[in-house]
Amino acid sequence: MESIISIKALSKRYQGGFEALRHIDLEIRRGEILALLGPNGAGKTTLISIVCGIVNATEGEVTVDGHDIVRDYRAARSLIGLVPQELTTDAFETVHSAVSFSRGLFGKPANPAHIEKVLRSLSLWEKRNNRIMTLSGGMKRRLLIAKALSHEPRVLFLDEPTAGVDVELRRDMWQLVRGLQADGVTVILTTHYIEEAEEMADRIGVINRGEIILVEEKTKLMQKLGKKQLTIQLQAPIETVPASLAGLGLDRSPDGETLTYTYDAAHEQPGIGDLLNKLNNAGIGFKDVHTTQSSLEDIFVSLVKDTR
Amino acid sequence: MNIHAIRAIYRFEMHRAWRTLTQSIISPVISTSLYFVVFGAAIGARIPEIDGVSYGSFIVPGLIMLSLLTQSISNASFGIYFPRFTGTIYEVLSAPISYLEVVISYVGAAATKSLILGVIILATAGMFVPLRIEHPLWMVLFLILTSITFSLLGFIIGIWADGFEKLQLVPMLIVTPLTFLGGSFYSINMLPPFWQKVTLLNPVVYLVSGFRWSFYGIADVSPALSLAMTLFFLAVCVAIVGWIFRTGYRLKA
Repeated sequence: MESIISIKALSKRYQGGFEALRHIDLEIRRGEILALLGPNGAGKTTLISIVCGIVNATEGEVTVDGHDIVRDYRAARSLIGLVPQELTTDAFETVHSAVSFSRGLFGKPANPAHIEKVLRSLSLWEKRNNRIMTLSGGMKRRLLIAKALSHEPRVLFLDEPTAGVDVELRRDMWQLVRGLQADGVTVILTTHYIEEAEEMADRIGVINRGEIILVEEKTKLMQKLGKKQLTIQLQAPIETVPASLAGLGLDRSPDGETLTYTYDAAHEQPGIGDLLNKLNNAGIGFKDVHTTQSSLEDIFVSLVKDTR
Repeated sequence: MNIHAIRAIYRFEMHRAWRTLTQSIISPVISTSLYFVVFGAAIGARIPEIDGVSYGSFIVPGLIMLSLLTQSISNASFGIYFPRFTGTIYEVLSAPISYLEVVISYVGAAATKSLILGVIILATAGMFVPLRIEHPLWMVLFLILTSITFSLLGFIIGIWADGFEKLQLVPMLIVTPLTFLGGSFYSINMLPPFWQKVTLLNPVVYLVSGFRWSFYGIADVSPALSLAMTLFFLAVCVAIVGWIFRTGYRLKA
Protein backbone atom coordinates (compact mmCIF):
# COMPACT_ATOMS: atom_id res chain seq x y z
CA MET A 1 0.00 0.00 0.00
CA GLU A 2 1.14 3.51 -0.76
CA SER A 3 2.53 5.50 2.14
CA ILE A 4 1.55 9.08 2.96
CA ILE A 5 4.23 9.70 5.57
CA SER A 6 7.68 8.36 5.12
CA ILE A 7 10.17 8.61 7.98
CA LYS A 8 13.75 7.66 7.24
CA ALA A 9 16.64 7.25 9.70
CA LEU A 10 15.18 9.87 12.02
CA SER A 11 17.14 10.69 15.15
CA LYS A 12 16.70 13.32 17.80
CA ARG A 13 19.25 14.27 20.39
CA TYR A 14 18.11 17.04 22.71
CA GLN A 15 20.48 19.65 23.99
CA GLY A 16 22.04 18.04 27.01
CA GLY A 17 22.53 14.79 25.14
CA PHE A 18 19.27 12.94 25.75
CA GLU A 19 18.59 10.71 22.78
CA ALA A 20 14.82 10.78 22.32
CA LEU A 21 14.75 8.99 18.98
CA ARG A 22 17.25 6.62 17.45
CA HIS A 23 17.20 5.90 13.78
CA ILE A 24 13.47 5.62 13.30
CA ASP A 25 12.21 4.21 10.02
CA LEU A 26 8.46 4.23 9.57
CA GLU A 27 6.11 4.20 6.63
CA ILE A 28 2.56 5.33 7.39
CA ARG A 29 0.02 4.15 4.87
CA ARG A 30 -2.52 6.39 3.27
CA GLY A 31 -5.90 6.10 4.94
CA GLU A 32 -4.88 3.85 7.81
CA ILE A 33 -5.26 4.28 11.53
CA LEU A 34 -1.89 3.69 13.13
CA ALA A 35 -1.58 3.45 16.87
CA LEU A 36 1.76 4.20 18.45
CA LEU A 37 2.12 2.48 21.77
CA GLY A 38 4.87 3.03 24.22
CA PRO A 39 5.58 3.80 27.85
CA ASN A 40 6.04 7.37 29.07
CA GLY A 41 9.14 8.98 27.67
CA ALA A 42 9.44 6.46 24.84
CA GLY A 43 9.64 9.21 22.20
CA LYS A 44 6.08 9.18 20.85
CA THR A 45 5.50 12.89 21.29
CA THR A 46 8.96 13.78 20.00
CA LEU A 47 8.29 11.77 16.86
CA ILE A 48 4.98 13.54 16.28
CA SER A 49 6.49 16.94 17.06
CA ILE A 50 9.19 16.49 14.45
CA VAL A 51 6.73 15.52 11.74
CA CYS A 52 4.56 18.53 12.62
CA GLY A 53 7.47 20.99 12.66
CA ILE A 54 7.55 21.79 16.38
CA VAL A 55 10.88 20.09 17.05
CA ASN A 56 13.90 19.99 14.74
CA ALA A 57 15.26 16.59 13.85
CA THR A 58 18.94 15.93 14.49
CA GLU A 59 19.25 13.52 11.58
CA GLY A 60 17.08 11.85 9.01
CA GLU A 61 14.25 13.00 6.85
CA VAL A 62 10.48 12.97 6.74
CA THR A 63 8.16 13.45 3.80
CA VAL A 64 4.41 14.01 3.93
CA ASP A 65 2.69 13.08 0.70
CA GLY A 66 6.04 13.49 -1.03
CA HIS A 67 6.79 16.91 0.50
CA ASP A 68 9.90 17.19 2.63
CA ILE A 69 8.96 18.65 6.02
CA VAL A 70 11.91 21.06 6.01
CA ARG A 71 12.42 22.09 2.38
CA ASP A 72 8.76 22.04 1.45
CA TYR A 73 7.27 22.76 4.88
CA ARG A 74 4.30 24.74 3.62
CA ALA A 75 2.93 21.93 1.50
CA ALA A 76 3.75 19.32 4.15
CA ARG A 77 2.27 21.15 7.12
CA SER A 78 -0.93 22.25 5.41
CA LEU A 79 -1.83 18.55 5.09
CA ILE A 80 -1.45 17.91 8.81
CA GLY A 81 -3.69 18.47 11.78
CA LEU A 82 -2.27 18.06 15.28
CA VAL A 83 -4.11 17.49 18.53
CA PRO A 84 -1.52 17.93 21.27
CA GLN A 85 -1.40 15.94 24.44
CA GLU A 86 -1.63 18.88 26.82
CA LEU A 87 -4.81 20.95 27.00
CA THR A 88 -3.10 24.05 25.69
CA THR A 89 -5.74 26.57 24.76
CA ASP A 90 -6.29 30.27 25.01
CA ALA A 91 -8.55 31.31 27.83
CA PHE A 92 -10.37 34.41 26.73
CA GLU A 93 -11.20 33.62 23.13
CA THR A 94 -14.54 32.12 22.17
CA VAL A 95 -14.76 28.60 20.80
CA HIS A 96 -15.81 29.80 17.38
CA SER A 97 -13.10 32.41 16.99
CA ALA A 98 -10.41 30.00 18.19
CA VAL A 99 -11.40 27.42 15.58
CA SER A 100 -11.66 30.05 12.83
CA PHE A 101 -8.21 31.31 13.86
CA SER A 102 -6.72 27.86 13.33
CA ARG A 103 -8.20 27.63 9.86
CA GLY A 104 -6.70 30.97 8.89
CA LEU A 105 -3.35 30.03 10.38
CA PHE A 106 -3.20 27.05 8.05
CA GLY A 107 -3.77 29.30 5.06
CA LYS A 108 -7.36 28.44 4.29
CA PRO A 109 -9.95 31.12 3.47
CA ALA A 110 -12.80 31.45 5.95
CA ASN A 111 -15.49 28.80 5.58
CA PRO A 112 -18.23 29.19 8.21
CA ALA A 113 -20.10 26.14 6.90
CA HIS A 114 -17.11 23.88 7.49
CA ILE A 115 -16.46 25.35 10.94
CA GLU A 116 -20.10 24.73 11.82
CA LYS A 117 -19.87 21.15 10.60
CA VAL A 118 -16.77 20.50 12.69
CA LEU A 119 -18.22 22.13 15.80
CA ARG A 120 -21.46 20.19 15.44
CA SER A 121 -19.67 16.89 14.95
CA LEU A 122 -17.87 17.51 18.26
CA SER A 123 -20.99 18.74 20.07
CA LEU A 124 -19.44 22.18 20.50
CA TRP A 125 -21.86 24.16 18.38
CA GLU A 126 -24.00 25.19 21.37
CA LYS A 127 -20.84 26.42 23.07
CA ARG A 128 -19.51 28.36 20.10
CA ASN A 129 -19.88 31.76 21.75
CA ASN A 130 -18.55 30.65 25.12
CA ARG A 131 -15.11 31.65 26.27
CA ILE A 132 -12.70 28.75 26.32
CA MET A 133 -11.97 29.19 30.02
CA THR A 134 -15.58 28.28 30.82
CA LEU A 135 -15.30 24.87 29.13
CA SER A 136 -14.81 21.59 30.95
CA GLY A 137 -11.69 19.50 30.36
CA GLY A 138 -13.50 17.17 27.98
CA MET A 139 -14.83 20.10 25.97
CA LYS A 140 -11.36 21.63 25.76
CA ARG A 141 -10.09 18.33 24.40
CA ARG A 142 -12.84 18.44 21.76
CA LEU A 143 -11.98 22.05 20.99
CA LEU A 144 -8.38 21.03 20.27
CA ILE A 145 -9.68 18.39 17.89
CA ALA A 146 -11.94 20.97 16.24
CA LYS A 147 -8.97 23.28 15.77
CA ALA A 148 -6.97 20.49 14.19
CA LEU A 149 -9.82 19.64 11.82
CA SER A 150 -10.61 23.25 10.94
CA HIS A 151 -8.36 23.26 7.88
CA GLU A 152 -9.47 19.89 6.51
CA PRO A 153 -6.20 17.99 7.04
CA ARG A 154 -5.40 14.75 5.23
CA VAL A 155 -3.36 13.47 8.14
CA LEU A 156 -4.43 13.79 11.76
CA PHE A 157 -2.12 13.28 14.71
CA LEU A 158 -3.85 12.57 17.99
CA ASP A 159 -1.40 12.64 20.85
CA GLU A 160 -3.12 10.71 23.63
CA PRO A 161 -6.56 11.94 22.64
CA THR A 162 -8.47 10.14 25.35
CA ALA A 163 -6.26 10.81 28.34
CA GLY A 164 -8.53 12.00 31.13
CA VAL A 165 -11.67 11.65 29.06
CA ASP A 166 -14.80 9.87 30.25
CA VAL A 167 -16.07 6.69 28.67
CA GLU A 168 -18.86 8.28 26.68
CA LEU A 169 -16.64 10.93 25.15
CA ARG A 170 -14.04 8.30 24.37
CA ARG A 171 -16.61 6.33 22.41
CA ASP A 172 -17.65 9.53 20.59
CA MET A 173 -14.06 10.16 19.68
CA TRP A 174 -13.57 6.68 18.32
CA GLN A 175 -16.68 7.23 16.24
CA LEU A 176 -15.25 10.49 14.95
CA VAL A 177 -11.93 8.89 14.05
CA ARG A 178 -13.71 6.15 12.12
CA GLY A 179 -15.70 8.81 10.27
CA LEU A 180 -12.48 10.59 9.36
CA GLN A 181 -10.99 7.37 8.10
CA ALA A 182 -14.06 6.85 5.94
CA ASP A 183 -13.32 10.26 4.41
CA GLY A 184 -9.80 9.11 3.59
CA VAL A 185 -7.97 10.85 6.42
CA THR A 186 -4.93 9.07 7.78
CA VAL A 187 -4.94 8.98 11.57
CA ILE A 188 -1.95 8.45 13.83
CA LEU A 189 -2.74 8.18 17.50
CA THR A 190 -0.55 7.63 20.47
CA THR A 191 -2.04 6.05 23.50
CA HIS A 192 -1.46 4.31 26.77
CA TYR A 193 -4.82 2.63 26.56
CA ILE A 194 -4.21 -0.63 24.85
CA GLU A 195 -7.94 -1.19 24.47
CA GLU A 196 -7.99 1.95 22.38
CA ALA A 197 -5.37 0.65 20.00
CA GLU A 198 -7.09 -2.72 19.96
CA GLU A 199 -10.40 -1.07 19.19
CA MET A 200 -9.26 1.49 16.65
CA ALA A 201 -6.04 0.69 14.90
CA ASP A 202 -5.36 -1.03 11.61
CA ARG A 203 -1.71 -1.27 12.48
CA ILE A 204 0.18 -0.94 15.70
CA GLY A 205 3.66 0.41 16.21
CA VAL A 206 5.42 -0.14 19.49
CA ILE A 207 8.05 2.39 20.45
CA ASN A 208 10.34 2.13 23.43
CA ARG A 209 13.41 4.14 24.40
CA GLY A 210 13.42 6.00 21.12
CA GLU A 211 13.30 2.93 18.94
CA ILE A 212 10.50 1.32 16.99
CA ILE A 213 10.35 -2.23 18.23
CA LEU A 214 7.79 -3.39 15.74
CA VAL A 215 5.07 -2.26 13.38
CA GLU A 216 2.49 -4.83 12.50
CA GLU A 217 -1.08 -5.29 11.39
CA LYS A 218 -3.12 -5.47 14.56
CA THR A 219 -4.72 -8.80 13.70
CA LYS A 220 -1.39 -10.34 12.72
CA LEU A 221 0.22 -9.03 15.85
CA MET A 222 -2.48 -10.59 17.97
CA GLN A 223 -2.10 -13.86 16.12
CA LYS A 224 1.63 -13.84 16.13
CA LEU A 225 2.12 -13.04 19.74
CA GLY A 226 -1.23 -13.86 21.21
CA LYS A 227 -1.49 -16.93 23.38
CA LYS A 228 -4.59 -18.77 24.47
CA GLN A 229 -4.95 -20.60 27.70
CA LEU A 230 -7.38 -23.27 28.64
CA THR A 231 -7.92 -23.53 32.36
CA ILE A 232 -9.49 -26.72 33.68
CA GLN A 233 -10.86 -26.81 37.21
CA LEU A 234 -10.75 -30.29 38.57
CA GLN A 235 -13.31 -31.99 40.77
CA ALA A 236 -10.59 -33.40 42.98
CA PRO A 237 -6.98 -32.27 43.34
CA ILE A 238 -4.38 -34.45 41.69
CA GLU A 239 -0.88 -35.16 42.88
CA THR A 240 0.73 -35.51 39.48
CA VAL A 241 -0.24 -35.25 35.86
CA PRO A 242 -0.97 -38.83 34.70
CA ALA A 243 1.47 -40.39 32.30
CA SER A 244 -1.15 -40.63 29.58
CA LEU A 245 -1.33 -36.85 29.53
CA ALA A 246 2.38 -36.16 29.70
CA GLY A 247 3.90 -34.42 26.71
CA LEU A 248 0.86 -32.23 26.15
CA GLY A 249 2.37 -29.34 28.10
CA LEU A 250 -0.18 -29.27 30.89
CA ASP A 251 0.62 -27.23 33.93
CA ARG A 252 -0.59 -28.37 37.29
CA SER A 253 -1.28 -25.65 39.81
CA PRO A 254 0.60 -26.02 43.12
CA ASP A 255 -2.57 -27.02 44.94
CA GLY A 256 -3.40 -29.52 42.21
CA GLU A 257 -6.89 -28.07 41.73
CA THR A 258 -6.44 -26.78 38.20
CA LEU A 259 -4.64 -27.67 35.02
CA THR A 260 -3.72 -25.08 32.43
CA TYR A 261 -3.02 -25.75 28.83
CA THR A 262 -1.29 -23.01 26.80
CA TYR A 263 -1.53 -22.96 23.04
CA ASP A 264 -0.98 -20.65 20.15
CA ALA A 265 -3.95 -18.55 19.11
CA ALA A 266 -2.79 -18.80 15.50
CA HIS A 267 -3.42 -22.54 15.52
CA GLU A 268 -6.95 -22.77 16.68
CA GLN A 269 -7.18 -26.57 16.57
CA PRO A 270 -4.75 -28.02 19.03
CA GLY A 271 -7.16 -30.76 19.83
CA ILE A 272 -8.96 -29.48 22.86
CA GLY A 273 -11.67 -32.10 22.43
CA ASP A 274 -8.96 -34.72 22.31
CA LEU A 275 -7.44 -33.34 25.49
CA LEU A 276 -10.75 -33.43 27.33
CA ASN A 277 -11.33 -37.01 26.18
CA LYS A 278 -7.95 -38.01 27.49
CA LEU A 279 -8.80 -36.42 30.82
CA ASN A 280 -12.01 -38.49 30.93
CA ASN A 281 -10.14 -41.65 30.07
CA ALA A 282 -7.62 -40.96 32.80
CA GLY A 283 -10.57 -40.65 35.19
CA ILE A 284 -10.00 -37.02 35.98
CA GLY A 285 -13.30 -35.20 36.42
CA PHE A 286 -13.54 -31.46 35.93
CA LYS A 287 -15.97 -28.85 37.21
CA ASP A 288 -15.31 -26.05 34.78
CA VAL A 289 -13.23 -24.96 31.84
CA HIS A 290 -12.54 -21.52 30.47
CA THR A 291 -10.21 -20.02 27.91
CA THR A 292 -8.44 -16.67 27.94
CA GLN A 293 -6.68 -14.90 25.10
CA SER A 294 -3.75 -12.66 25.85
CA SER A 295 -4.69 -9.06 25.16
CA LEU A 296 -2.63 -6.48 23.37
CA GLU A 297 -1.74 -5.25 26.82
CA ASP A 298 0.02 -8.47 27.71
CA ILE A 299 1.78 -8.46 24.37
CA PHE A 300 2.86 -4.91 24.87
CA VAL A 301 4.15 -5.46 28.37
CA SER A 302 6.17 -8.48 27.29
CA LEU A 303 7.62 -6.59 24.31
CA VAL A 304 8.68 -3.62 26.35
CA LYS A 305 10.09 -5.85 29.05
CA ASP A 306 12.18 -7.71 26.50
CA THR A 307 13.91 -4.56 25.35
CA ARG A 308 14.67 -3.28 28.80
CA MET B 1 2.78 34.34 1.29
CA ASN B 2 0.26 32.87 3.71
CA ILE B 3 -1.98 35.94 3.84
CA HIS B 4 -4.71 34.12 5.73
CA ALA B 5 -2.31 33.26 8.53
CA ILE B 6 -0.96 36.80 8.78
CA ARG B 7 -4.50 38.11 8.97
CA ALA B 8 -5.50 35.50 11.55
CA ILE B 9 -2.63 36.33 13.93
CA TYR B 10 -2.93 40.06 13.35
CA ARG B 11 -6.62 40.03 14.14
CA PHE B 12 -6.09 37.78 17.13
CA GLU B 13 -3.54 40.21 18.55
CA MET B 14 -5.66 43.29 17.84
CA HIS B 15 -8.60 41.56 19.43
CA ARG B 16 -6.50 40.91 22.51
CA ALA B 17 -5.73 44.63 22.77
CA TRP B 18 -9.39 45.46 22.44
CA ARG B 19 -10.25 42.97 25.16
CA THR B 20 -7.67 44.50 27.48
CA LEU B 21 -8.60 48.05 26.57
CA THR B 22 -8.01 49.43 30.05
CA GLN B 23 -4.50 48.06 30.18
CA SER B 24 -3.47 48.71 26.60
CA ILE B 25 -4.97 52.14 25.91
CA ILE B 26 -6.61 53.79 28.88
CA SER B 27 -3.82 53.39 31.43
CA PRO B 28 -1.06 54.85 29.22
CA VAL B 29 -3.33 57.76 28.35
CA ILE B 30 -4.05 58.45 32.01
CA SER B 31 -0.39 58.26 33.04
CA THR B 32 0.59 60.61 30.21
CA SER B 33 -2.15 63.04 31.20
CA LEU B 34 -0.70 63.04 34.71
CA TYR B 35 2.68 64.10 33.30
CA PHE B 36 0.98 66.99 31.53
CA VAL B 37 -0.83 68.07 34.65
CA VAL B 38 2.33 67.94 36.78
CA PHE B 39 5.07 69.03 34.39
CA GLY B 40 3.01 70.98 31.90
CA ALA B 41 0.60 72.94 34.05
CA ALA B 42 1.88 72.87 37.65
CA ILE B 43 5.67 72.98 37.32
CA GLY B 44 5.96 73.91 33.65
CA ALA B 45 4.54 77.36 34.26
CA ARG B 46 7.62 78.14 36.36
CA ILE B 47 10.11 76.78 33.82
CA PRO B 48 11.28 79.21 31.12
CA GLU B 49 10.70 78.51 27.45
CA ILE B 50 13.21 76.27 25.68
CA ASP B 51 14.23 77.52 22.22
CA GLY B 52 11.04 79.54 22.07
CA VAL B 53 8.78 76.61 23.01
CA SER B 54 6.84 76.56 26.28
CA TYR B 55 7.93 73.74 28.58
CA GLY B 56 4.52 72.04 28.45
CA SER B 57 4.70 71.84 24.67
CA PHE B 58 8.39 70.96 24.70
CA ILE B 59 7.86 67.69 26.55
CA VAL B 60 5.04 66.43 24.27
CA PRO B 61 7.28 64.62 21.74
CA GLY B 62 9.34 63.08 24.53
CA LEU B 63 6.23 61.87 26.34
CA ILE B 64 4.84 60.32 23.19
CA MET B 65 8.19 58.59 22.65
CA LEU B 66 8.17 57.34 26.24
CA SER B 67 4.75 55.69 25.74
CA LEU B 68 5.63 54.46 22.29
CA LEU B 69 8.80 52.75 23.49
CA THR B 70 7.40 51.13 26.61
CA GLN B 71 4.11 50.11 25.01
CA SER B 72 5.69 48.72 21.83
CA ILE B 73 7.99 46.59 23.93
CA SER B 74 5.37 45.38 26.38
CA ASN B 75 2.80 44.69 23.67
CA ALA B 76 5.08 42.74 21.39
CA SER B 77 6.91 40.89 24.15
CA PHE B 78 3.69 39.80 25.82
CA GLY B 79 2.12 38.85 22.49
CA ILE B 80 4.79 36.25 21.75
CA TYR B 81 5.71 35.29 25.31
CA PHE B 82 2.21 34.36 26.40
CA PRO B 83 1.67 31.64 23.76
CA ARG B 84 5.09 30.26 24.72
CA PHE B 85 4.07 30.30 28.37
CA THR B 86 0.70 28.59 27.85
CA GLY B 87 1.97 26.27 25.13
CA THR B 88 -0.42 27.47 22.41
CA ILE B 89 2.66 28.39 20.37
CA TYR B 90 2.59 24.78 19.10
CA GLU B 91 -0.09 25.79 16.66
CA VAL B 92 1.93 28.60 15.12
CA LEU B 93 5.02 26.39 14.91
CA SER B 94 3.10 23.60 13.20
CA ALA B 95 1.34 25.92 10.75
CA PRO B 96 2.45 26.40 7.14
CA ILE B 97 3.73 29.86 7.91
CA SER B 98 7.20 31.32 7.37
CA TYR B 99 9.18 33.13 10.05
CA LEU B 100 8.86 36.35 8.12
CA GLU B 101 5.08 36.00 8.22
CA VAL B 102 5.15 35.31 11.96
CA VAL B 103 7.16 38.49 12.53
CA ILE B 104 5.01 40.57 10.21
CA SER B 105 1.84 39.56 12.00
CA TYR B 106 3.00 39.81 15.62
CA VAL B 107 5.19 42.88 15.20
CA GLY B 108 2.73 44.48 12.80
CA ALA B 109 -0.06 44.16 15.36
CA ALA B 110 2.10 45.51 18.19
CA ALA B 111 3.30 48.43 16.07
CA THR B 112 -0.27 49.23 15.03
CA LYS B 113 -1.34 49.38 18.65
CA SER B 114 1.58 51.68 19.49
CA LEU B 115 0.72 53.96 16.59
CA ILE B 116 -2.90 54.20 17.68
CA LEU B 117 -1.73 54.92 21.21
CA GLY B 118 0.72 57.57 19.97
CA VAL B 119 -2.02 59.35 18.09
CA ILE B 120 -4.36 59.21 21.09
CA ILE B 121 -1.69 60.67 23.37
CA LEU B 122 -0.96 63.38 20.83
CA ALA B 123 -4.64 64.28 20.79
CA THR B 124 -4.72 64.21 24.61
CA ALA B 125 -1.70 66.51 24.72
CA GLY B 126 -3.49 68.91 22.42
CA MET B 127 -6.11 69.37 25.10
CA PHE B 128 -3.53 70.51 27.68
CA VAL B 129 -0.94 72.51 25.73
CA PRO B 130 -0.71 74.34 22.39
CA LEU B 131 0.84 72.14 19.70
CA ARG B 132 2.34 72.79 16.32
CA ILE B 133 3.72 70.25 13.91
CA GLU B 134 6.13 71.73 11.37
CA HIS B 135 7.00 68.54 9.52
CA PRO B 136 3.94 66.26 9.74
CA LEU B 137 5.23 63.71 7.23
CA TRP B 138 8.50 63.31 9.12
CA MET B 139 6.54 63.11 12.35
CA VAL B 140 4.52 60.21 10.99
CA LEU B 141 7.66 58.55 9.62
CA PHE B 142 9.44 58.75 12.99
CA LEU B 143 6.30 57.48 14.69
CA ILE B 144 6.05 54.45 12.38
CA LEU B 145 9.76 53.61 12.40
CA THR B 146 9.98 53.83 16.19
CA SER B 147 6.86 51.69 16.66
CA ILE B 148 8.20 49.00 14.37
CA THR B 149 11.73 49.07 15.79
CA PHE B 150 10.64 48.78 19.40
CA SER B 151 7.97 46.22 18.63
CA LEU B 152 10.76 44.14 17.11
CA LEU B 153 12.80 44.67 20.27
CA GLY B 154 9.77 43.59 22.30
CA PHE B 155 9.39 40.49 20.14
CA ILE B 156 13.04 39.63 20.81
CA ILE B 157 12.53 40.10 24.55
CA GLY B 158 9.38 37.97 24.45
CA ILE B 159 11.35 35.13 22.89
CA TRP B 160 14.37 35.55 25.14
CA ALA B 161 12.37 35.76 28.38
CA ASP B 162 11.87 32.50 30.27
CA GLY B 163 9.71 33.98 32.99
CA PHE B 164 7.45 36.92 33.64
CA GLU B 165 10.20 38.63 35.60
CA LYS B 166 12.54 38.83 32.64
CA LEU B 167 9.68 40.15 30.57
CA GLN B 168 9.59 43.20 32.84
CA LEU B 169 13.34 43.45 33.30
CA VAL B 170 14.39 45.17 30.08
CA PRO B 171 11.56 47.73 29.97
CA MET B 172 11.94 48.60 33.66
CA LEU B 173 15.70 48.57 34.03
CA ILE B 174 16.87 49.71 30.63
CA VAL B 175 14.26 51.37 28.47
CA THR B 176 12.55 53.59 31.05
CA PRO B 177 15.83 54.99 32.45
CA LEU B 178 17.21 55.56 28.97
CA THR B 179 14.05 57.42 28.00
CA PHE B 180 14.09 59.63 31.10
CA LEU B 181 17.79 60.36 30.54
CA GLY B 182 17.34 60.69 26.78
CA GLY B 183 16.11 64.26 26.75
CA SER B 184 12.41 63.55 26.97
CA PHE B 185 11.97 66.24 29.61
CA TYR B 186 14.93 68.50 28.82
CA SER B 187 17.19 69.64 26.03
CA ILE B 188 20.58 67.98 26.31
CA ASN B 189 22.11 71.43 25.81
CA MET B 190 21.05 72.11 29.40
CA LEU B 191 23.54 69.47 30.63
CA PRO B 192 27.17 70.16 31.57
CA PRO B 193 29.50 69.55 28.54
CA PHE B 194 30.80 66.21 29.85
CA TRP B 195 27.33 64.76 30.29
CA GLN B 196 26.30 66.08 26.90
CA LYS B 197 28.96 63.79 25.42
CA VAL B 198 27.96 60.83 27.57
CA THR B 199 24.31 61.24 26.76
CA LEU B 200 25.07 60.86 23.05
CA LEU B 201 25.67 57.16 23.79
CA ASN B 202 22.01 56.87 24.68
CA PRO B 203 20.07 55.74 21.60
CA VAL B 204 16.84 57.30 22.84
CA VAL B 205 18.39 60.78 22.49
CA TYR B 206 18.30 60.41 18.71
CA LEU B 207 14.71 59.21 18.66
CA VAL B 208 13.43 62.01 20.88
CA SER B 209 15.49 64.68 19.16
CA GLY B 210 14.36 63.73 15.66
CA PHE B 211 10.77 63.45 16.78
CA ARG B 212 10.86 66.83 18.49
CA TRP B 213 12.42 68.38 15.40
CA SER B 214 9.40 67.22 13.36
CA PHE B 215 7.20 69.19 15.79
CA TYR B 216 9.07 72.41 16.48
CA GLY B 217 12.03 72.43 14.12
CA ILE B 218 14.44 72.34 17.08
CA ALA B 219 16.82 69.44 17.65
CA ASP B 220 19.71 68.36 19.86
CA VAL B 221 21.29 66.35 17.06
CA SER B 222 20.70 66.73 13.34
CA PRO B 223 17.46 65.15 12.05
CA ALA B 224 19.43 63.21 9.44
CA LEU B 225 21.50 61.61 12.20
CA SER B 226 18.30 60.83 14.12
CA LEU B 227 16.84 59.10 11.10
CA ALA B 228 20.07 57.21 10.44
CA MET B 229 20.25 56.00 14.03
CA THR B 230 16.58 54.93 14.00
CA LEU B 231 17.18 52.94 10.83
CA PHE B 232 20.32 51.47 12.40
CA PHE B 233 18.37 50.21 15.44
CA LEU B 234 15.76 48.80 13.11
CA ALA B 235 18.47 46.94 11.18
CA VAL B 236 19.98 45.56 14.40
CA CYS B 237 16.59 44.25 15.57
CA VAL B 238 15.86 42.71 12.18
CA ALA B 239 19.24 40.97 12.24
CA ILE B 240 18.60 39.55 15.73
CA VAL B 241 15.13 38.34 14.79
CA GLY B 242 16.61 36.74 11.67
CA TRP B 243 19.16 34.93 13.81
CA ILE B 244 16.46 33.77 16.26
CA PHE B 245 14.48 32.13 13.51
CA ARG B 246 17.47 30.63 11.74
CA THR B 247 18.51 28.87 14.91
CA GLY B 248 15.04 28.27 16.35
CA TYR B 249 16.37 29.88 19.54
CA ARG B 250 13.97 29.24 22.45
CA LEU B 251 11.23 28.30 20.00
CA LYS B 252 12.19 24.86 18.77
CA ALA B 253 14.02 22.15 20.65
